[in-house]
Amino acid sequence: MTTGPKAGAGSGPETAVTPEEALPPATGGFAAPPETVSGYVRRRWEAILAGELGSMPIVVGLVVIAIVFGTLDSTFFVERNFTNLLLQLAPVATIAIGIVFVLLIGEIDLSVAFVSAVGGVAMTLLLRPGDPGWPWWLAIAFALAVTTLIGLLQALVITKAGVPSFVVTLAGLLTWSGVVLILMTRYSTAGTVRIQDPTVVGIASNFLSNAWGWVMGVAVVAGYALPQIQTARSRRARGLEAKPGLVLVLQIAGLAVVTFAAVWYANRDRGVPTVTLILLVLIVFWSFVATRLRFGRHVYAVGGNPEAARRAGINVDRVRIMVFMISGFMAGVGGIILASRLRSVATGTGGGNLLLNVIAAAVIGGTSLFGGSGRVVSALLGALVIAAIQNGMGLLNLPQGNQFVITGLVLLGAVLVDALAKRRRAARGVV
Amino acid sequence: MGDAAPLLECRAVSKAFGAVQALYRVDFEVRRGEVMALVGDNGAGKSTLIKGIAGIYPFDEGEIYFEGERVSIHGPRDAGKLGIEVVYQDLALADNLDVVGNMFLGRERTRWGFVLDESNMEHAAQETLDGLSVTTLRSVRQTVAGLSGGQRQAVAVAKSVMWNSLELILDEPTAALGVAQTRQVLDLVRRLAERNLGVVIISHNLHDVFEVADRITVLRLGQRVAMLERSKTTQQEVVQAITAGTLTHVPGMADAGVTET
Repeated sequence: MTTGPKAGAGSGPETAVTPEEALPPATGGFAAPPETVSGYVRRRWEAILAGELGSMPIVVGLVVIAIVFGTLDSTFFVERNFTNLLLQLAPVATIAIGIVFVLLIGEIDLSVAFVSAVGGVAMTLLLRPGDPGWPWWLAIAFALAVTTLIGLLQALVITKAGVPSFVVTLAGLLTWSGVVLILMTRYSTAGTVRIQDPTVVGIASNFLSNAWGWVMGVAVVAGYALPQIQTARSRRARGLEAKPGLVLVLQIAGLAVVTFAAVWYANRDRGVPTVTLILLVLIVFWSFVATRLRFGRHVYAVGGNPEAARRAGINVDRVRIMVFMISGFMAGVGGIILASRLRSVATGTGGGNLLLNVIAAAVIGGTSLFGGSGRVVSALLGALVIAAIQNGMGLLNLPQGNQFVITGLVLLGAVLVDALAKRRRAARGVV
Repeated sequence: MGDAAPLLECRAVSKAFGAVQALYRVDFEVRRGEVMALVGDNGAGKSTLIKGIAGIYPFDEGEIYFEGERVSIHGPRDAGKLGIEVVYQDLALADNLDVVGNMFLGRERTRWGFVLDESNMEHAAQETLDGLSVTTLRSVRQTVAGLSGGQRQAVAVAKSVMWNSLELILDEPTAALGVAQTRQVLDLVRRLAERNLGVVIISHNLHDVFEVADRITVLRLGQRVAMLERSKTTQQEVVQAITAGTLTHVPGMADAGVTET
């Protein structure tokens, strides 16, 4: 759930993610600490000083946001606003997962916002009753196939023609916004098409019952804790260094406190949104892909040193293509969630500052723009920050202009932290 | 090893790039358990020779024998299959991955074919590093970015050793290192030879060469002008060969296109 500061451990215990000690090597530098707690803490501290910040900046940022808006506005911490926040962050976080992968290989995808719109529009048009009136699952599958294919198409141009992803996806941004306009002009009457399918609408407007909310909370904590404990045990059995037991217990306890508090709080309102469950499943799945699969290792390698990856026999182009397909796919999922939340698509879908928010979420969450460093969960954490700031400023009735300026400054701050951390890492890495 | 066939032997290999004769009928050999230094001025053909052996590009003429058998090397894969590994100057390590990740890069051990088997890899990496007496690493879970130049070199070498290579070619392994780190790497090179590998070390630093090498091959203008036993030669003699070794084939006389360096 990760809705707040994480239990003081500061090391960013992943949310039900990256079960094993096998943290992404990028952010993880602190793996396999000695058996003592003080040694572990000291090493984490050294890693932070050396620029391996992990989730520390985001935890600090969330605390600051909570304090600022909590004091300025009495409704910020109201239960209803909390569930609203969960609904608001879902589309951005979903699309940002794809962006995390793209940033990991040191590329950029500027087309995601409009690709997500293409997905949402395609699904919505296919759902129109009687015309053609596809069942929800077929419409969703088709929309996701389309956005994944768009990712493949752009990736082929990037890899085969050697054009920078910035340019290709910038062209994509224009093209797909045009496609959305064409489709909407052709098929909509007043510039919007409403979604009537109850299942699709339910994605972002249904809530889990209180009981299921608790089940989910327990599953999150157990899903994080059990693999961690199992790993620590098997590592000790094999004589490898493992996390000290006390640190493990504290991290799990911290996650449990945050998760259960979030479930409890959401249950006081309408309950945990269904879409939050979907988002968590996506985060867990893609974290697993990034940290535990051979493919994920190759993604990090390509981002860290493409030449080294190539010499190691990794098919770098194939990894790039797969990553842009992931980006397209996740944009599609996000587009569907967004359409479901708004219960419609319009000519303006995918426009506005969706793209900015998505990329900002990934970066604020701690994924480096320089490639090779970041975690999937940063999409969720960054989206939480963005949504919280915008939500809080909305409650305060700040003018739009002020909101943009503040969001911009937060993004700048995140990028600066990234750049400074990278400099630190470089300074240590130099011979 | 004595009279047995050399681990690797190149006989009269030549390589031209357009009009430039980069290598001309060069003989070169490495035995098991020895460190062979390859020295020469810039443009003498050291890199060309190494790249030919590593399969980056094939020689135009000449033969390569590996453990006494004639082989043809058409690509890095062929070289890898024979057990020839090159540790390049720029090391080809991914800074953002940890030591284990780098050592297994591209050859990860997995369960069910796609899930990384981390503890298995970590175990093997640690074993290899221990076997090479690399003790300066604090943890194999450190990212490579945090390592010193000597440690990186050690990781790059250990990576090659782990893949059961028989012959290791080190391209300027000490070029960017300080005194203590150079010491570590040179010790490592000696240990590789003790493990009965054939080691080729390219270096500009004759002091280093005299410290680790058993024999020294000197190239000059694409030709081998000397092969010396370390114990029977001096630095002056090697310098002499590098700068003014006798060429059997004078550039510009027979082949019109031969150019200097």
